[in-house]
Amino acid sequence: MAQNASQLEHFGRALVDLGLLHEELVVLDPDVAASTKVTYFAERFPERFIRIGISEQDMIGVAAGLAASGKTPVACGFAMFMACRSWEQISSSVARPGLNVKIVGSHSGLSPSADGDSHQTYGDVAVMRVIPEMKVVVPADAQEAVEALGAIVDAHGPAYLRLSRGATPVVYDEGCEYTLGRANILREGSDASVVANGVMVPMALEAAGRLSDEGISVRVLDMHTVKPLDTYATTKAAAETGAIVTAEEHSIIGGLGSAVAETLAVERPTPMERVGIMDRFGESSRSYSALMAKMGLTSDAIGEAVREAVKRRN
Amino acid sequence: MTSVLRGISRRHKIPLSTLKRNAQILKEFNLIAYGDPPNFSGVELTELGRFISSLTVGEEPTVLGNMVQTRSGYRPLGIVIKDLRKTVLRMIAEAGSGHLGASLSAVDILAILYMIKMKHDPKDPSWKDRDRFVLSKGHAAPALYAVLAEAGYIPPDRLMTLREIGSQLQGHPDIKTPGVDASTGSLGQGLSIGVGMALASKMDGSGSRTYVLLGDGELNEGQVWEAALTAAHHSLDNLTAIVDRNGYQLTGRTEEIKAMDPLVEKWRSFGWEAMEADGNDPASVLDALNACDLTTSRPSVIIAMTTKGKGISFMEGNKYSRKTPDAQELQRALKELT
Repeated sequence: MAQNASQLEHFGRALVDLGLLHEELVVLDPDVAASTKVTYFAERFPERFIRIGISEQDMIGVAAGLAASGKTPVACGFAMFMACRSWEQISSSVARPGLNVKIVGSHSGLSPSADGDSHQTYGDVAVMRVIPEMKVVVPADAQEAVEALGAIVDAHGPAYLRLSRGATPVVYDEGCEYTLGRANILREGSDASVVANGVMVPMALEAAGRLSDEGISVRVLDMHTVKPLDTYATTKAAAETGAIVTAEEHSIIGGLGSAVAETLAVERPTPMERVGIMDRFGESSRSYSALMAKMGLTSDAIGEAVREAVKRRN
Repeated sequence: MTSVLRGISRRHKIPLSTLKRNAQILKEFNLIAYGDPPNFSGVELTELGRFISSLTVGEEPTVLGNMVQTRSGYRPLGIVIKDLRKTVLRMIAEAGSGHLGASLSAVDILAILYMIKMKHDPKDPSWKDRDRFVLSKGHAAPALYAVLAEAGYIPPDRLMTLREIGSQLQGHPDIKTPGVDASTGSLGQGLSIGVGMALASKMDGSGSRTYVLLGDGELNEGQVWEAALTAAHHSLDNLTAIVDRNGYQLTGRTEEIKAMDPLVEKWRSFGWEAMEADGNDPASVLDALNACDLTTSRPSVIIAMTTKGKGISFMEGNKYSRKTPDAQELQRALKELT
């Protein structure tokens, strides 16, 4: 797991493959093509690549119009300006009429670390999740990003795909089974479960490895789809392991932790801890991992949360 | 009756039998009315007859006299437009809320689009090569529903369910309603949607045109101007925007709230072909729409000068921006339209 790979690089190349398969697929760009890697698609299909300029809200509307006329638009920009700035356009122009628009938010979480907190996204999953019928997907690594993209393009209707900026640790080095809405169980365990997504998945695996040395057996779920949440795997993990920790590169308010807590509070109340951004803004950091550490998003933090949750388990 | 005809016969030396036959035909066409024998009453023009005669007296044929296809056969556009205004009044009175003034100002534009200008088929609402219409000023939904019903998309008996729970006719347009091409209601978003439709039409090599109706107050929204730039950049000459320039927004005059003039110059500077028209004169609207067809390599906008609450004297201006007419006001208003 030492090796890293870029979600965006893989995503950009996968878009070209999907473009070959789906003639109606078009890509929209708010002037960040070089960063989101949709340049590969632009080179291969210039007539299906639409420059909108720096106007994400307009871009969402244009995508809605294209979808209403039978196209499959993939609108790619920075997560903060796609999901958050254009939230109401996504809700009203895209989701309300149930149009087939795929929204890709790159540079999510703390991954644009040097840019600072104007660009860092802590609430995109929360605001996308609240929109009826919206699918919300947060892949763990580059390979899963490719699979997730294919899955949301195949599933009709609006979807949000959240991607990280730089290279992240490889989780799926031997291919990735991917079904929308079904968690991947990456490690079995009986004392506690970590439900994670995005770059917190490799951290959860790392924490689980260390905890097993202490005699704590931890199940790790890659909850790549936040909506629709795999409530079956969630309640099963709660029932079988008795303690739950969520881990996400997102505010602990409104994201994966909230989705899991909502499910368990109703279905199976269980001792639970949440690892995530603790209701505060980030800051600039030349090193992504230094910022993650300062904000409490580490495998150590997950390990500590597991010990805490296990302690509360009677 | 017979005495009237006898007088005409004598004066113009036309056989009485010919006049009687002609009168019969006019009656069959529902242009005149008179009682049956033996109780002949006075001859009078029907509503349709009055209308036709008003068009033919010393005038060339007008747009209002065009026979247009409606759900109930071919009818003169002028009468259809009056009926649309009556329907809008009844719908909003029945619903108990809605934007009457802004709906009435847009009736003539909508009628020209759906009854004359646009290529569409009520029997096949999702026909791929149809012209598209986006009501960006979604609060004029009652006017859109009235015209869609007249064209044959919506059964007329559903019109009075506007804004009722479970109704297909939402307070603002929703694509689930047959004939509605875009879900709108949140101001500022419709032009972007229209840009997407026009782009798709170009990509597919379809001759389909897209029309977007904007409110003048709506132009306060920044997204409209983002979309204006996008449309011009992509040379969308298959896109026509129409601004319903009634001069008012919810709380007052547009020029007192956020000045938008000079509008023609603004749109031109954004790369659009821009022109003014009298938005409550169907002939003027049609001329402008036809002119837009001739524009190449850039989108067109018509600044349609209109009167809010058009057609009902005591509703013109901003008084019925959100006010709903009571039963008495409704009757007074309907009377003005007969």
